[in-house]
Amino acid sequence: MQLQYFLLAAAALFCIGVYGLVTSRNAVRVLMSIELMLNAVNLNLMAFSNYLDPAVIRGQVFTVFVISIAAAEAAVGLAILLSIYRNRDTVDMEQFNLLKW
Amino acid sequence: MNLAEGVQLVSFIILTVMMLGAALAVVLTPNIVYSAFLLGAVFSAMAGLYLLLNASFVAAAQILVYVGAINVLILFAIMLVNKREDFAPVKYAWTRKIVTAAVCGGLFLLLGTTIITTPWAIDSTAAAGDEAIYILGEHFFTDFLLPFELVSVLLLMALIGAIVLARRDIIPDGDALGDDLKLPEKPRELVSAVASSESESN
Repeated sequence: MQLQYFLLAAAALFCIGVYGLVTSRNAVRVLMSIELMLNAVNLNLMAFSNYLDPAVIRGQVFTVFVISIAAAEAAVGLAILLSIYRNRDTVDMEQFNLLKW
Repeated sequence: MNLAEGVQLVSFIILTVMMLGAALAVVLTPNIVYSAFLLGAVFSAMAGLYLLLNASFVAAAQILVYVGAINVLILFAIMLVNKREDFAPVKYAWTRKIVTAAVCGGLFLLLGTTIITTPWAIDSTAAAGDEAIYILGEHFFTDFLLPFELVSVLLLMALIGAIVLARRDIIPDGDALGDDLKLPEKPRELVSAVASSESESN
């Protein structure tokens, strides 16, 4: 088992998250893609923590912080999504142009 | 390669294939409910990878917070905005997909070459293992005390903010209540997407 395997898996997961973030039309799927990207970063931190810093494990501390901030982000993001749905009656990302021009 | 390393490698391969396949399906399936359940599979596979990385506490936190809270929250959000609508086709949508796929592939190649060519300073001391939870507690209450307290304040702010954002502005049967029980807010008009697009075209 090597560090590079975990880092490559995390990079692939991050790229899938970026693809979903850009191409999704449904706003809920955009939030799911953000969660995927956050998980990829978490996997990076955990791999570094295990292979480069196994005695002090600062990476696990950062992972716990990222998990709690992801929970806060999901709650606020879904609340914003419900509010937008109530006002615009759609979840299509192409229709959310209130602040565009 | 002894038996333990073989078992580790095989479980790593199984978990990674499960994680990447489920993540691709999350992004690509047309049905949003399926992708929400597949997101739970991604989170569970991530917890297994954390176990492979000697972090049992973070794996348990991952299951509790991601699968137990965030995934259920996303499912509830899907049920609340459950509107079967066919999105209006956008011009050059396939161009957008191809360009995004090319950019993501390039990003992956860039990250991959960086990962492979970097000489990592692997530390070969024994991993913390089951002692990790004690070390984590020490970190939280010594050198990471300020971020720890700030995270608690941030969670409280997110809780209040989510309630304020998602609350309905009017109670449906407001007249049945007394005046002092009514929310002191004006009902807002529904800004429908159709009306705004018509006004834009005018």
